[in-house]
Amino acid sequence: MFGKLTWQAIPLDQPIPLVAGAVVVLIILAVLAWVVLKGYLPYLWDEWITSVDHKRIGVMYILLGLVMLLRGFIDAIMMRSQQALAFRAAGYLPPEHYDQIFSAHGTIMIFFAAMPIMIGLMNFAVPLQLGVRDVAFPTLNSTSFWLTATGALLVNISLVVGEFARTGWLPYPPLSELPYSPGVGVDYYLWALLISGVGTLLTGINFVTTILKIRAPGMSYLRMTMFCWTALGANLLIVAAFPILTATLGMLALDRYLGFHFFTNEVGGNMMMFINLIWAWGHPEVYILVLPAFGIFSEVISTFSGKPLFNYRSMVAATMFIVLVSFLVWLHHFFTMGAGADVNAFFGIATSIIAVGTGVKVYNWLFTMYGGRIRFTTPMLWSMGFLVTFVIGGMTGVLMAVPPADFLLHNSLFLVAHFHNVIIAGVLFAAFAGVTYWFPKAFGFKLDEGWGKGAFWLSLIGFYVTFMPLYVVGLLGMTRRLQNYDVAAWRPWVLAAGIGIVIMICATACQVAQFVVSIRRRDEFRDETGDPWDGRSLEWATASPPPAFNFAVLPNVHGEEPYWGIKRRAIETQQLSPEPKYEPLEVPRNSPTGFITAFFCTITGFALIWHIWWMVGLGLVGAFAVFVWFAWRDVVEYSIPAEEVARIDRARRRAREQWLAQHARAGEPA
Amino acid sequence: MSATDTSLGGAIDPYRVGRGRDWLSAGGVGVGHVYATGHGEGGPASKRVIVSFGFWIFILSDIVMFSAFFAAHAVLQTAAAGGPSGRELFNWWSIVLQTACLLASSFTCGLSAVATEARNQLWTQLALLVTGVLGLAFLVLEVRDFTGMVMQGAGPQRSAFLSSLFAVVGLHGLHVSAGVLWLGTMMAQVFVKGFRPDILRRLVCFNLFWHALDIIWVALFTIVYLIGLGR
Repeated sequence: MFGKLTWQAIPLDQPIPLVAGAVVVLIILAVLAWVVLKGYLPYLWDEWITSVDHKRIGVMYILLGLVMLLRGFIDAIMMRSQQALAFRAAGYLPPEHYDQIFSAHGTIMIFFAAMPIMIGLMNFAVPLQLGVRDVAFPTLNSTSFWLTATGALLVNISLVVGEFARTGWLPYPPLSELPYSPGVGVDYYLWALLISGVGTLLTGINFVTTILKIRAPGMSYLRMTMFCWTALGANLLIVAAFPILTATLGMLALDRYLGFHFFTNEVGGNMMMFINLIWAWGHPEVYILVLPAFGIFSEVISTFSGKPLFNYRSMVAATMFIVLVSFLVWLHHFFTMGAGADVNAFFGIATSIIAVGTGVKVYNWLFTMYGGRIRFTTPMLWSMGFLVTFVIGGMTGVLMAVPPADFLLHNSLFLVAHFHNVIIAGVLFAAFAGVTYWFPKAFGFKLDEGWGKGAFWLSLIGFYVTFMPLYVVGLLGMTRRLQNYDVAAWRPWVLAAGIGIVIMICATACQVAQFVVSIRRRDEFRDETGDPWDGRSLEWATASPPPAFNFAVLPNVHGEEPYWGIKRRAIETQQLSPEPKYEPLEVPRNSPTGFITAFFCTITGFALIWHIWWMVGLGLVGAFAVFVWFAWRDVVEYSIPAEEVARIDRARRRAREQWLAQHARAGEPA
Repeated sequence: MSATDTSLGGAIDPYRVGRGRDWLSAGGVGVGHVYATGHGEGGPASKRVIVSFGFWIFILSDIVMFSAFFAAHAVLQTAAAGGPSGRELFNWWSIVLQTACLLASSFTCGLSAVATEARNQLWTQLALLVTGVLGLAFLVLEVRDFTGMVMQGAGPQRSAFLSSLFAVVGLHGLHVSAGVLWLGTMMAQVFVKGFRPDILRRLVCFNLFWHALDIIWVALFTIVYLIGLGR
């Protein structure tokens, strides 16, 4: 009846996952009870769960990403503390549990923390910066989000029902094949990623279409913000790379479920093909994460230096260069495969060359700051911390691009230190910069600067104290993923890394405090003008939070940095542009399609993991029924009357007039 | 776009090929996103352009997925592991028949687009029906081949070559099955809701999808069957 699922699947003998699971279930139940008792359920359903508004979906993506970031961080704390204790000792995590933790840490951080936060920020900001009302396919956008949430849910269910993969964040065969991983861990990994991967692919299609086909009048390609350009690059990479991930994981699933022999040891299977295919997705994935991050830094550095981005066109060229070359470097993840000197040399050189694109960007950011009037706000601090730290990570990357050096450093903690150096400084710092930068746009009030700066400094110091020792210990020969060790020379460095993680815990506490304090004191931090940072692009031209339709009339773009131009004109002429003629607007209606689809996908995924075949059929029939029902709908948009549009926009214009009057008195340029 | 948009433009219908410009110069309004094709500076493209363009991107991504399976097959094509090779297994006449069914279905799918262009309900339905029947015939032949091979002990578990063969051909077959299901819902939608703009946009997507299946079949025919017969 329930396939492989029995009561044995609940790990009653392992206190750590059981207690953790119980706490999570309690928190979820408490939140649900609070929502129901307070009567927020209809609000939550109407305004968020069924919302197809890109801004709401963006916020939900970021929320999901932040929660999963916390989960992945707890895994990191457990790994660091285990290694700190497990010198000539067993530590407190048995090997089979430790293996699940490092696998879950990588999987969660890449797929369910970094990706959702970056996609969330793109969702929130890209349509606003393009000066339009929504993405190309709003309901599909909601479906993408809920499919990602399904993947995250499945990974978390594995905490208490069954187990997670013990294979590392990429399940290399033959270890991930049935004879060596007979449990459900790898299956959890496969179906979580296959389902959320479809969501990500749909996001890619949606955003490529949006950026190429839906822009405000006058918004030619070379007037788009840098963030839109990097979002375009990242989504092109999603469209080109994620199908490879789906195909590769699909092949592994066929091996495990139907006895195929793609990657097995027997009858002609080729396990190195898995390594090649997975990295043909995996390396572009690195740039899917870091390109939007580069975009965020470009926006932040330009805004807080009070200058246009230095050499914008070279920045565009560098972005597109990275998009192309990112498909030519995948083999540097396994120089030790033994493909021969010629092949390794090609990929080593390609890897060194791709760093040139990033180097161009670093100089452009530096020259943007040069001669500017820099305001040291929290987002700007994250960006400057990124510049310094990322350059170090880039250097160690280029070092490992040299195949002979890589033969020594492969699989060592030096490698671990390198990719944490670029991902934390690149993606995570960008996530925090982006969240603090666009938070006032999303909610109408700024985040507390004191706690934000505290979080930044502790994160920066914590990062260096954690990962610089790992570089050293990697050079001393310590390999990654060790559950225990007995080399005395490694001990002090591992302990230092343990101290670093304590600093990171303090930084996390500051982050949480930042949100709590800011929400409690939101009236003090309120921004009425819609332009709290003196911004330069179109998202600041509308109210905070923006109305459902974003812009009362689509802005007419006359050059780069369109909102800066509008503001300059307003200050010179001492008046806002004349009030436009308001017209009724068509806005997409909310739809539960995404949520219901994800519901059936969760059922299907769970049933596949546990071999409950009737439930698989049920889930698939349900998903098809949703498709037909969705196709049958007749009314997909509703109209907002012109008076309502006018009322909302006039409130914003009043705030802008007050702002203009203040600036006239102070006599200072904006 | 809401259902009421059918009245749009009166005699001039923006959803007919080649009429877009007339409709634009007639001052077309009310389609949510209007005015421009979207690749210049003229503002958001029309919904027809957006939907078709998005679907093209999807098809490209689908082709990337197929290319991963093709790459795997290219690597494993010689890995018969002492089991049967393509030359011993492939039923030449069945493959020719399958190809004929699929190519003919693409032709009838094209006819359905012509009938849709003429807003002819009967011929649209007939052409789609024939397309679906040909698609089903293709699937029956393919399933017959597969079961025959499994019966001979040449199932996907026999060798890595057969694993990749069943996977890449089966993936195409799954696409055809999904296409037939989609086709059924499209026929129902055209029948119940008529040639509404949103239905027309979906028909364009369905046509793109069905022809893309043919393109993939051409690659499959060459890489799997023609080259495989030589092994």
